[in-house]
Amino acid sequence: MLTLENISFDVAEERGEREIIKNLSLTIDEGKFVVITGPNGGGKSTLAKLIAGIEKPSGGRIYFGGEDITEKSVTERANGGISFAFQQPVRFKGIQVLDLLRLAAKENLSAADACKYLSEVGLCAKDYINREVNASLSGGELKRIEIATVLARRSRLSVFDEPEAGIDLWSFQNLIQVFERMQEMTNGSILIISHQERILNIADEIVVIADGQITKQGSREEILPEILGTASAVDACSAFYRGGEKK
Amino acid sequence: MIDEIQKTLLAQVADLHQVPEGAYNIRANGAMAGRNTTANIDIVSKEDGSGIDIYIKPGTRKESVHIPVVLSESGLTETVYNDFHVGADADVVIIAGCGIHNCGEQSSEHSGLHRFFLEKNAKVRYVEKHYGSGEGTGERIMNPKTQVTMEENSYMELETTQIKGIDSTDRSTEAKLAAGAKLIIRERLLTHGDQKAVSRFEVSLNGEDSSANVISRSVAKERSEQTFISRINGNARCAGHTECDAIIMDQAKISAVPELTANDPDAALIHEAAIGKIAGEQIIKLMTLGLTEEEAEAQIVNGFLK
Repeated sequence: MLTLENISFDVAEERGEREIIKNLSLTIDEGKFVVITGPNGGGKSTLAKLIAGIEKPSGGRIYFGGEDITEKSVTERANGGISFAFQQPVRFKGIQVLDLLRLAAKENLSAADACKYLSEVGLCAKDYINREVNASLSGGELKRIEIATVLARRSRLSVFDEPEAGIDLWSFQNLIQVFERMQEMTNGSILIISHQERILNIADEIVVIADGQITKQGSREEILPEILGTASAVDACSAFYRGGEKK
Repeated sequence: MIDEIQKTLLAQVADLHQVPEGAYNIRANGAMAGRNTTANIDIVSKEDGSGIDIYIKPGTRKESVHIPVVLSESGLTETVYNDFHVGADADVVIIAGCGIHNCGEQSSEHSGLHRFFLEKNAKVRYVEKHYGSGEGTGERIMNPKTQVTMEENSYMELETTQIKGIDSTDRSTEAKLAAGAKLIIRERLLTHGDQKAVSRFEVSLNGEDSSANVISRSVAKERSEQTFISRINGNARCAGHTECDAIIMDQAKISAVPELTANDPDAALIHEAAIGKIAGEQIIKLMTLGLTEEEAEAQIVNGFLK
């Protein structure tokens, strides 16, 4: 359904160009739950932004549902069925949670329906529906609202860039269930960038990206045993007992 | 007496689609176009015809007063003096507003002095909207002045909105607060084209435990210019806060000038001012929800001014 064909992405630096993504090809099939993992700085987030259209590739083509979307804008891709949850959700003064969910759902979502999405991500809906999406919300609350806006879109493809970032380990345990139920809610494919073992554990497929290239790819059963305990897959509690995430 | 253009203006400035309930005074093109008084609220024209006195009896509860002004003749210049006398323990809502429709070449100007006298424990919510329309080249000018005198433990919320169509405005709001009085001012302002807007606030916290909160949110688009001046004088043990939050776009200019003066060691005064453009990531986030860049910008501005 989504095909990346020979994608490369360069950024200009002081000492010339640096390749963030190197001639990468990847296909994500309809209805699949795919997790991309790998060490920090390997190009995972860049890849997610290339899919959403926030960045444009230096080379290669992107196809979605058979259509070449390489030149399409963020808006066109969003309306074509791609959703993107930011690693660091954006704050808006004055825009309320309900407004944001309505924009996401593209319909005059009733307050009751909006509450359903908030409850789904573990927020007590009536406390949040009229809150402004501003600095008064904590990072964790914001992250849940971000995920709720993606749920409300029911897209053919939902991309999540490190949903665990900015959430404490305990709260994250509860969010796992959201991702477990997500496929039935959205009826689409899900692509998550994550280091968390518990997310990797519910994947159909795992893709490991390091240094701008795919180093491993296959079913969970195949890949997970190979990468457990490495920087690609962090067991939340072992990282906690070690005193932080393994670099 | 009221024509279609005036009806549209009334809907914009006072959310009025028909004759309001309760006390009202409608002024159209410099003359009275309708008035109603109630048992508790009396409206009396000033003898020289320059405005009205509104008397709200002590203890009046849950009543409202509408005093919209509309101008639809080009070249009309007027200055109106309205005095609100709010009796002790009253609790009322006052809705004012001014709409100018100018199709002609000459400037239309509405200036006014609104004075509020709140007796002890009186509670007022005052809402004022300014709106301009019309295709003419004549300028639409509004220079409202508001003076508020608050006696012990009175409370006032003052909301002003100017979103569209006023070419030039210089508004000033002054307030003097006695002990225990509390004032909240919320201003919403959007300027575009070559519009110029100056907004001045001067609040004197004279009584023990008086407090004031002045909050301005504004958006300046295109070549428009805005100046926000907010002065708070703490003359007793008191609490004052002023906040100016502005979005700047295109070639606009914005100045924010907060000024705090403490004349008492127990005066606690705070000012905050921030001016910045819309963050690129805010626009991108809304684009990932399917909005175009222009739609995203409009949503962000509308939300900010809501």
